[in-house]
Amino acid sequence: MRAYLSVFSARFCMLLQYRAAVVTDIAAEVFSGLIQVMIFAAFFAASDTPQPMTYAGVVTYVWVRQALLSLIAVTLDGDIHSLVRSGNITYELLRPLDLYTLWYTRSLAQRLAPALLHLVPVFGFAALFFDLGPPPTWAGALAWVASTLCALLLAAAVSCLLSISLLWTISGSGMEFLVIGVISVLSGAVVPLPFFPEWVQPILQALPFRGLVDLPIRLYTGHIPPAEALPVLAHQLGWVAALVLLGRWIFSRGTRRIVIQGG
Amino acid sequence: MLDALRLYGRLVSISLRGQMQYRVSFILFCLANLLLTFLQFFAVWVLFERFGHIKGWRLAEVALFYGMAHMAFALAEIIGGGFQYFSFQVRQGNFDQVLLRPRCTVLQIMGQRVQIGRIGRFLQGLSVLLWGAFSLEMIWTWEKIALLVAAVFSGACLFWGFFILLATLCFWTIQFLQIMLILGRSGVEAAQFPLSVYHPWFRRFFTFVIPLACITYYPGLAIFARADPLGSSVYFQWSAPAIGFLFLLLSLQVWKTGVRHYCSTGS
Amino acid sequence: MSQIIVENLVKTYRIAERRPGLLGALRGVLHRHYRTIRALNGVSFSIEPGELVGYIGPNGAGKSTTVKVLSGILVPDAGRCQVLGRVPWKDRIEHVRRIGVVFGQRTQLWWDLPVIESFELLRDIYKVSQADYACRRDELIALLDLAPLLDVPVRQLSLGQRMRCDLAASLLHAPQVLFLDEPTIGLDAISKLAVRDFVRRLNQERGVTVILTTHDMDDIEALCTRVLVIGQGTILLDGTLEALRAAVSAERRLIIDLVEERAEITDPDAQVVQRNGHRVHLRFDPQRVPAAALISRITARHAVRDLFVENLPIEEVVARLYQGEEKCAPT
Repeated sequence: MRAYLSVFSARFCMLLQYRAAVVTDIAAEVFSGLIQVMIFAAFFAASDTPQPMTYAGVVTYVWVRQALLSLIAVTLDGDIHSLVRSGNITYELLRPLDLYTLWYTRSLAQRLAPALLHLVPVFGFAALFFDLGPPPTWAGALAWVASTLCALLLAAAVSCLLSISLLWTISGSGMEFLVIGVISVLSGAVVPLPFFPEWVQPILQALPFRGLVDLPIRLYTGHIPPAEALPVLAHQLGWVAALVLLGRWIFSRGTRRIVIQGG
Repeated sequence: MLDALRLYGRLVSISLRGQMQYRVSFILFCLANLLLTFLQFFAVWVLFERFGHIKGWRLAEVALFYGMAHMAFALAEIIGGGFQYFSFQVRQGNFDQVLLRPRCTVLQIMGQRVQIGRIGRFLQGLSVLLWGAFSLEMIWTWEKIALLVAAVFSGACLFWGFFILLATLCFWTIQFLQIMLILGRSGVEAAQFPLSVYHPWFRRFFTFVIPLACITYYPGLAIFARADPLGSSVYFQWSAPAIGFLFLLLSLQVWKTGVRHYCSTGS
Repeated sequence: MSQIIVENLVKTYRIAERRPGLLGALRGVLHRHYRTIRALNGVSFSIEPGELVGYIGPNGAGKSTTVKVLSGILVPDAGRCQVLGRVPWKDRIEHVRRIGVVFGQRTQLWWDLPVIESFELLRDIYKVSQADYACRRDELIALLDLAPLLDVPVRQLSLGQRMRCDLAASLLHAPQVLFLDEPTIGLDAISKLAVRDFVRRLNQERGVTVILTTHDMDDIEALCTRVLVIGQGTILLDGTLEALRAAVSAERRLIIDLVEERAEITDPDAQVVQRNGHRVHLRFDPQRVPAAALISRITARHAVRDLFVENLPIEEVVARLYQGEEKCAPT
């Protein structure tokens, strides 16, 4: 247990070192947030028909998401990528640690460190220029925090799964970027999920990705009342468990394949 | 010059052969690329279903800009793919090896990771564009086609220059994968909508700093033969693609500065 | 005209200091401390065509920095440098075309490609004519016994096999100067001998100037007549191996295998350096006490099964040089 804690803190501290990356990442989050908000402003100006969300709701949605983008964005672990490519993964397998847990812990640290640094500046920007307000109730705020933590666990699980799939697609086909793009759409990071047509909603509800962006933010705005927070958390955590198990299973199959193939 | 092209061709064929080795997964990837990139258009279509139009632009018209943006981006991903992965390369200390070879660094990196499978996005952009043109009952002339081709290539140069700039950052700090994904995507997202949607501040940014408008919006207007609500001249619209090429040249200069910095500080 | 001229090279690195622990890291976000390291502090030497020079020094002494400067991928802060009449970093492409570099821990070959395809790709990159390429390739394949490896992807080769392929790859364009950075690291004994043999022949038969950076003293003793010792950014010694030994100490070692493990050996002119069970290592100054005299004194007092006399191990010599020890006799 201590080993994993030290892995976590090592990665965490390392990420705090990269100051330039922090500044540019915050700028990128603000920039893409502005673009989205402008596009929606133009859309809302075009029509008076009632929409699944109000403009103010969309603005809140966009900015809360941008502030937490580094927390919930699905990414490739660069270390795993280079390990697989160089074949040094065999050395990783020799360590007296459970490799999946190692990568998972690292992914958690990888998200938490930048998120904590980005949170205040982006929220501050949005509060200043877009009247971003806090959740309407304390219960709502609590529910949002809990759900966001679950989203963190979920994002790490999805990222680990993606990185592990590299054990098969060694050729670096670029598939990873594509999958990340798709997950973004399905999680509500491109267009808030309520806007999608009715016939798509069941699919979106069945998939785990809405737990990354859509569900926590709906708890924030009160769209989902705090009383109904528990089913949301259950949905998220259930998928975390499923994806972790799937990831571990695929990993064990993949490493067996490597061991059989040789270095 | 010819020599460089020949070397590039050789590097491309090696990259392709490496990918085609896994033939089944390669075909799957191409198909997946095609289908999944349509998902992004779906996200746009969804909004038009809800709202009807955006600042006077209908979906069929936006489709043209969307198509141009995605075709350009796809080409840039194929040509400049090596730059997207550059952060990995620098981390592993493999850039020294690039410097030890008697060839231009840009050429060498271009030759890595040529992912032809990304043509799926190109085809998706093209089909969206053709659908839009068909819905608007556009009449194509040779000049318009030439302008379209120029705009797409110019757009590819722009996005490629963008990848180069982001890769150049890696000479200064290493932790940049996150930002590449965000900025790459928001660049395409921004370009797929007409410029008039954005605030004046951003319009200026997208025309003069990261000239996305010059590779989709302005040429697009000329192709439509539609008057610009922002009031640009037709002359400008036809010559706008040149700016994409200029952007690439500027990016290459920045890259050279980055290489010089790397050489003076060591890895 | 020397082939390689290095004059007063200076290079400093700035490294951001990392504070330990979480609080340190948080503070590090706001305020950065930098530490400067002088990797090269006025390094000067020159090398004539056809020399085989050993470049040795402890880790962090500035060896790889020097090699990077000489190969043109690092620009020094001050000083002059000329290789084959060119300033390496000013004319990168032309300079790199004429040198070869082999890193022991990294390969220059393409990971997923069969060896022969890497060779062909290098031929295109270095613009070698097909005739020259075919001739050199066949020769190198024969000399380094690469025939069974040609169709194997580089990632599947063993370290020894890969090193041989890397050596061949670095010579396809017939460079006049070859930099070898730890070429025998991690190799088994047979591969080491093969590599050493190849390098020696390359230098003696073809006149290729070789600069060998290594920690392996056996490599140095086997190959180099001239050594450059670098420590903390300055050249400590530039000369032959004998000069190196003489500069540090004339002392020699007497190694005795005792019959009785517990026997204590005391002698006014010899010091015990090491004990491994029955084996005792003694050091003595042959100018103070001739070896024969010492041996007869010790064998008179102790039952000795076997003994031998040797020069100071080169590692010791170099280590003492780093520490700045002068000629000293054991007390």
